[in-house]
Amino acid sequence: MPLPSRIVLSMGQHIGAPAAPQVAKGDQVLVGTVVGKAGGFVSSDIHSGVSGTVDSIITITAPNGAPQTAVVIIPDGKQTVDPAIAPPTVTDLKSFQDAVRASGLVGLGGAGFPTAVKLSPKNLDEIDTLLINGAECEPYITSDNRCFLEDTQYILDGIQAVMKYLEIPRCIIGIEGNKPEAIAKMKSVATAGIEVKELPCRYPQGAEKVLIENCTGREVPFPGLPSDVGVIVMNVTSVAFVGKYLATGMPLTTKRLTVDGDIIKEPKNVEVVIGTPVQELMDFCGGFTEEPGKVLYGGPMMGNCIADLSQPILKNNNAVLAFSKKMAQLPKPTNCIHCGRCTNACPLGLSAKEIVQAYNDGNVELLIELNADLCMSCGTCSFVCPAKRPLAPSIALAKIMMKNGGKK
Amino acid sequence: MDNKLIVTAAPHITSGDSTQKIMGRVCLALCPALVASVIVFGINALILTAVTVAACVFFEWAYCKLMGREIPVADLSAVVTGMLLAFNMPATLPWWMAIVGAFIAIVIIKQLFGGLGYNFANPAIVGRIALAVGFASRMANYPKPVNGIDALASATPLAVEKGVLGAGEYVTLLLGNHGGVLGETCALAILIGGCYLIATKVISPMIPVSYLATVAVLSLIGGYDPIVQLLSGGLMLGAFFMATDYVTSPTTDKGKLIAGIFMGVVTCAIRFFGTMSEGVSFAILLMNLVTPYIDALTRQDKLGIAKKKKEAAK
Repeated sequence: MPLPSRIVLSMGQHIGAPAAPQVAKGDQVLVGTVVGKAGGFVSSDIHSGVSGTVDSIITITAPNGAPQTAVVIIPDGKQTVDPAIAPPTVTDLKSFQDAVRASGLVGLGGAGFPTAVKLSPKNLDEIDTLLINGAECEPYITSDNRCFLEDTQYILDGIQAVMKYLEIPRCIIGIEGNKPEAIAKMKSVATAGIEVKELPCRYPQGAEKVLIENCTGREVPFPGLPSDVGVIVMNVTSVAFVGKYLATGMPLTTKRLTVDGDIIKEPKNVEVVIGTPVQELMDFCGGFTEEPGKVLYGGPMMGNCIADLSQPILKNNNAVLAFSKKMAQLPKPTNCIHCGRCTNACPLGLSAKEIVQAYNDGNVELLIELNADLCMSCGTCSFVCPAKRPLAPSIALAKIMMKNGGKK
Repeated sequence: MDNKLIVTAAPHITSGDSTQKIMGRVCLALCPALVASVIVFGINALILTAVTVAACVFFEWAYCKLMGREIPVADLSAVVTGMLLAFNMPATLPWWMAIVGAFIAIVIIKQLFGGLGYNFANPAIVGRIALAVGFASRMANYPKPVNGIDALASATPLAVEKGVLGAGEYVTLLLGNHGGVLGETCALAILIGGCYLIATKVISPMIPVSYLATVAVLSLIGGYDPIVQLLSGGLMLGAFFMATDYVTSPTTDKGKLIAGIFMGVVTCAIRFFGTMSEGVSFAILLMNLVTPYIDALTRQDKLGIAKKKKEAAK
């Protein structure tokens, strides 16, 4: 898509401490210039995707509702690349991790966890499997599929680099069966130690713990991390970016994402400069056929609503969906009929209705017994509920109650 | 461009299924048995069903209206209760008794406890039991099929069976062309409805299969004809339609298995050793009462938690 009229670079595009702005009003920046410096170990640099002038430093509302600092840059249209940009010199694990850190890469599947941190597990000797998450299980989203088809070589390069420097012998690429082209393409290029696994199309196939269990048969203990069972999971787009960065040295400044929804005139996958206001992206996709009711970052199951269209695209966005007012209005909840669908559908084996009941009763002991904090908010329980009860949001509140020791 | 976008918590889509659709499917699944009852017992069966359903819906509407609650009639749950209750009555039952049964089921068992989802027992089962205890002779006044020679009271096969019934009458039992209450006689029609519910995933096969299998096995052990035991009385209707009521039966497959076996044992105990010839409704009621405990003891394994426990045990 053509350059936007301005980009808004949020300093909080990842899990962890926000980045600190490195520029001031009036500064000139180039493509790839560091705009925000990582604010801690679990944090990430933010780079400009355009050349231009810093217009202002403002406060925007992050998807979680909290205020967040952002740098506004007006592009000059020349797209001059920062002279500092050059392919990184990588010789060993340390230089590889440093390169990934400098690239500003965060988990592109949606979580936004800084990749350099993920690639520095404490028990590196025990890691025997690199799992590439290409499940892309949320409805509507197809950007990972495009990544498989368009960035095949970068994916392979990225995988090989991670396997080489972290000394991981085995890689499994998990792809849902509804992407036969991607599966065929990856199978045709897979080298020794890389296995392509076709997964059933079942939400939430791409949830880390579910994916690990389905691909390796291992159960991640709770509380624990994939590394506890010898696995590192990376999203396909993240690993493709690693491959690309090693070749070009260009940090993470653009993102491919799916624009879709019932009121988007021309739904498509678009590569956009990070920071592009949602409004301009919508305009590029032909605009809306009717007034929007809801606009989301991410998929319809776990995505976050945005409050207005001036919000910028973030690193970890893989889709922007727009729904009509009619689709945006969820049906009214009615009494629970105890059909048990929420419980039977839970990918983690939680008893959703019991957790909600315990939350309503303020029964923290029962919440602990039911392991409410294991919930990953995939939303399956709410989706299947015939009484249309908002179970997932209630469980999210229950988790907060557990943390606070009983206070709502 | 006004900025009034809707902001809600995820997920932003829900499945197309609803309580109303589920209840609608149950009603549809009960239709073969209704048709069979009209064929066996005549138009009276249809009228009695209509009266019971209407009474159930009316009581639900009236109670909620009176209490200033939202009117839940559109969820069709009262229709299901009405049909099931009617299926537990002989075609000759006076209408006013049917209305009393509907009152007990809807107002006392369902609404007084908080409405759909809050009742501790299946309303139709309690309605049936209340009528059977209160109006014992009229409830056991089983008419013969209309195409029989006379329409005098005749015993249900289970009552007869302790003396007369021969093995050659399986077909009669399957088709329901014998004395009994409305919805219970034609096992075939109930099976068709039950299979429809399983096929549309409204119910899991776990409860009916484990319940029926337990009865069959215990019959064999006890020296009774398992086929007669399975096809007669309220077992089929109970196993497929009443024991599977969401509100009052266990949630997990493990729980459902236990509930099915439990009901099988209680049913056989009453049938073989009790003074009553039929034990299905009491078996279901007892199961309803222990459901919360079964649920608490049969929670499914949680990903990453079970393993930790196993490791801790090592």
